[in-house]
Amino acid sequence: MGEMTSEGSQLSAGIDLSQFYQVFFEEAGENLDRMEQLLLELDIEAPDDEELNAIFRCAHSIKGGAATFGFADVAELTHQMETLLDKLRRHELQLTAPMVDVLLASGDALKAQLARHQTGAGDEFDTTELLFNIRAMVAGETPKVIAAAAAAAPAPVAAPAPAPAPAAAPAAAGARTLELTVGPLDDPSQANNLVDLFKEIVDLGTIEALDGGVAEGGMRRFKVVTSSSESDLLDLFTFHVSREHVRFAPIGEPAAAAPAPAADLGYGFFDDAPGAPAATEAAKEGEAGYGFFENSPGAPQSHVTPTESASPQAAKPAPKAAAKAEAKAGAALDAATIRVSVEKVDQLINLVGELVITQAMLAQNSRGLDPAVHQQMLAGLTDLDRNTRDLQEAVMSIRMIPMATVFNRFPRMLRDLAAKLGKKVDLVTQGEATELDKGLVEKITDPLTHLVRNSCDHGIELPQDRLAKGKPEQGTITLAASHQGGSIVIEVRDDGRGLSREKLLKKARERGLHAPDSLSDQEVWGLIFEPGFSTADQVTDVSGRGVGMDVVKKNIASLGGTVEIDSAEGYGMRVAVRLPLTLAIMDGMSVGVGEEVYILPLSSVVESFQVEPGMVKSIGNSGRVVEVRQEYMPVVELEQVFQVPRFDFEHVSSIMVVVEAEGGRVALLVDELLGQQQVVVKNLEANYRKVTDVSGATIMGDGRVALILDTGSLVRRSRH
Amino acid sequence: MGNIERIDSRQVPAAREYLTFRLGNEEYGIDILRVQEIRGYEAPTRIANAPNFIKGVVNLRGVIAPIVDLRMRFGCERVDYNGLTVTVILNVGNRVIGAVVDSVSDVLEIPAQSVKPAPEINSAVDARYIVGLGQVGERMLILLDIASLIASPELGLIETREAA
Repeated sequence: MGEMTSEGSQLSAGIDLSQFYQVFFEEAGENLDRMEQLLLELDIEAPDDEELNAIFRCAHSIKGGAATFGFADVAELTHQMETLLDKLRRHELQLTAPMVDVLLASGDALKAQLARHQTGAGDEFDTTELLFNIRAMVAGETPKVIAAAAAAAPAPVAAPAPAPAPAAAPAAAGARTLELTVGPLDDPSQANNLVDLFKEIVDLGTIEALDGGVAEGGMRRFKVVTSSSESDLLDLFTFHVSREHVRFAPIGEPAAAAPAPAADLGYGFFDDAPGAPAATEAAKEGEAGYGFFENSPGAPQSHVTPTESASPQAAKPAPKAAAKAEAKAGAALDAATIRVSVEKVDQLINLVGELVITQAMLAQNSRGLDPAVHQQMLAGLTDLDRNTRDLQEAVMSIRMIPMATVFNRFPRMLRDLAAKLGKKVDLVTQGEATELDKGLVEKITDPLTHLVRNSCDHGIELPQDRLAKGKPEQGTITLAASHQGGSIVIEVRDDGRGLSREKLLKKARERGLHAPDSLSDQEVWGLIFEPGFSTADQVTDVSGRGVGMDVVKKNIASLGGTVEIDSAEGYGMRVAVRLPLTLAIMDGMSVGVGEEVYILPLSSVVESFQVEPGMVKSIGNSGRVVEVRQEYMPVVELEQVFQVPRFDFEHVSSIMVVVEAEGGRVALLVDELLGQQQVVVKNLEANYRKVTDVSGATIMGDGRVALILDTGSLVRRSRH
Repeated sequence: MGNIERIDSRQVPAAREYLTFRLGNEEYGIDILRVQEIRGYEAPTRIANAPNFIKGVVNLRGVIAPIVDLRMRFGCERVDYNGLTVTVILNVGNRVIGAVVDSVSDVLEIPAQSVKPAPEINSAVDARYIVGLGQVGERMLILLDIASLIASPELGLIETREAA
C-alpha cells in the first residue's frame, strides 16, 4: 500500500508535472515582468485599484503555479507579497514608496529563485530579510532596513526625528548583547521555547537564561547575543509568545543607550511592560516620530498606528486617474497571443519563400500565353500573385514584436541607476508599438542599454547642477522608436550636459588621434566611437570601463545598422540607431560579374560610377587604386577575388561600386549593376562552412542561389 | 551489453537497405536512411576557392545546400553531366548535403553476412570510409560510410576546429 502510494506520487511529481514546468516558468516570467511594470507605473499617492488588483493577480498566479509544482520558496515569498497586496487593494494599508521597493526587490528575488529551479543550478536566494520586511509592512510597521530611505525622503517625520535617523542604519550591524524580558506569561515554561528557537536557527545567536529558569511574577529574563535586529527576533518569537510580552534592553553598552538604541527601537516596536525598566525618554522621543510604540497595558488599546496607515487615502489626489484610464486602453491590446516555437515560424517563412519563387516562375512562364485563350488561367495567376504577396507579408509579420518589449526593461534599470547616482531622471518612451524582428530585438537590447546608461551617467547632471544651470531638477531621457522608410530608427535622447567639442578634441589629441579644429561637429562626435575612448572624467562602476561606444557601434553595424550622434553642449544629446526591419530581409544591390550574380548590402554601398580610362592607377605591381573626389581608394576586382570563369575574354569590367565598411572604403570592380531588391538572408554555415568574403546567401527570383558579399571582409582584404 | 558497445558505424549489425548508384564503372551503396531525396542535377551556384569536387550551393526549398561531386572526389576518369546525372540529397547529422552521382540504380537489402571487409588498397577512396564490400549476385557494391565521409576533414564541408 505504502509502496503504491509513493510510486503514484513519484509519477505525478516526476513525470506528469515536469512537462508543464516550462510553461510555468514562462508564465511566471511574464507575470513578473508585468508586475514590475505595473509597480513602476503605480502612483504612490493615489494608487489605482485596478492596477493594485492586477499586481495582486500576478503574484497570485505565480503563487498558485509555484505551489502546484512544489517550489516552496517561491510560493512562500509570493504568499507574503500577496498578503501585503491584498491589504493594499482593500485599503487596509496605504501604499508607500518602501512598499514598492520591497515588492520590486521581491520580484527580483523571485526571478532568481525561478532561475534556480529552472536550471537546477545556483545558490539559494536568501529571502529572510524580504519576508521579514513584507510581514512587518503587513503588520503596519515601517521595517528598519528600508526605513532609512523612507526617513531620508520627506517622510512624515515629527520634529525630533532627524537626529536619531542617521544612526538607524549602523545600529543593526554587529553582534550585540541584549537583555530579553518575556512576560507576564501564564505558563513561564513557554519562554523555554525561545531557547529551542535559538538552537534551531543557526545564525540567530545565543541565548541564556538570566534567572535560572525561575520566573518572577510570570516574567522571564534572558541574555541574548545576536546580530539580528529586534524586529527580526520579535518576528520569530511571535510563534511562541505574543509580541506584547517581549521586550529588549541592551546590556553592557550604557553609553550607546542614548541615540542608537533609540533609533533602533523606534523602527521596531516595544511596549512598556510592567516591571520592566522604563525606556529612556530619548528613546520614546525618537520613536514617536516615525516608528510606533505601544503604551503600557495600563493605557488600554492606545495603538498609535504608523503614520502611513493612519491616513487612509483621505485626501486622495485624482488628477492622474483620467489620463491613466486612457493609457490602459492601449495596454490591453496584447491579451490574445499564442506561443509558437521559432523553428516553426522559420519553417513557415521558408515555405512561403518557396511559394513566392514558384509564383514568380509561373508568372514568368505565363507571359507568352494568349490572354484571349487563357483568360481564366491568367486571372487565376493574378490572384495567386496577390495572395502570395499578402501571405508573405502576413508570415513575415509573425516574427515582428513591438519595441515595447525592449523599452519595458528600462524604467526599472533607470530607477535603480538614478537612485545609485543620486540623480533624478524621468524616462519617456515613444513609439512602443513600432515593430521589429524578434531576432533584432534580442540583439539591440544590449547596445540600447549601454546608450541609456551612458545618458544617465554622463549626460544627466546631478539635481543641484541642473538647478544651477536653470534646468528642471529632473532630467529626461527619451526613448523613441519610429519607422523611416524600410528601416526603424531608435533614438536615445537626454537633456543633460551634452558632448563638449573641446573636450573631445583634447582627448583625441591626447590619444594621438588626428583631430584638427577644422573637423565638423559630426566628425567630432564620431570620435567617441574610437576604441577605448571615454568622455567620462573618471571611471564609475556604471560606465566608463571597458565596453565603450566602439562596441556599441560595432554591434549595431553587425546588425546592418548605423549610429548617428547629435549634441548641443549644455542642452543634451541624441543618439539615433537606424536598423533594418528584420535580420532575415536585407536591402541588397545585385551586381553581375561574368555569368554570376552577387549581392551587396545596400547599406554599405556609397556610390557607383563608370570607370574612365586612366582613372585606375597601380601601386607597385599588384595594388591598384582609383581616385574618386580627391580620395584614392583601393580597387578590388570581384572577378579575381571570386575566380569567376570568363568566356568572353575581350570583356573589360567597367563599373565600380564604392562600398564602405569598418571605417574604410573600397571600390569594387564589377561588370554590371543588376538592380536593387530586398533579399531574404540565408545562412551558408547551416550546411556548409564559412566562405571568405561571403556573409550569407539568398535565393533569387528564379530560384537560384546568390552569395551576399561581406563588405567588411573585402575592406579588410584591401588593407593587406 | 558488450556486443552493443563494440558495434561502431563501420560494422553492420544485420541486413540493411542500401541505395545503390554508379560512379563511373563502379557501383556504390549508401545507407538508405541517410537519403532525404533524389533530384535531377541542376547547376549550383559556384563558391570561390572551394575544392573542385564542391560544385557550389543550391536552393533546396529554401535551404541552402552544398553539392559535392562524388565522382570528382573519387577520381572518376570522366565526369559528364547528362540526363541521368542525379543529386542524392543526404541528411547527415542535421546537415543537408547533395551528392552528385552518375545514376542511381535501386534499393537493395543486403544481409550482414554478404558484406565482406574491404582489403587495404591504395585508392582514391580511403578505406576508412568503406563499410565493406557487398555481394549481390554478380555485382559488387562498395558500401560507403557516407556520414564519416561527409564529416571528413578532406572534404572540407564541415569546418573543423583547426580550420576555424
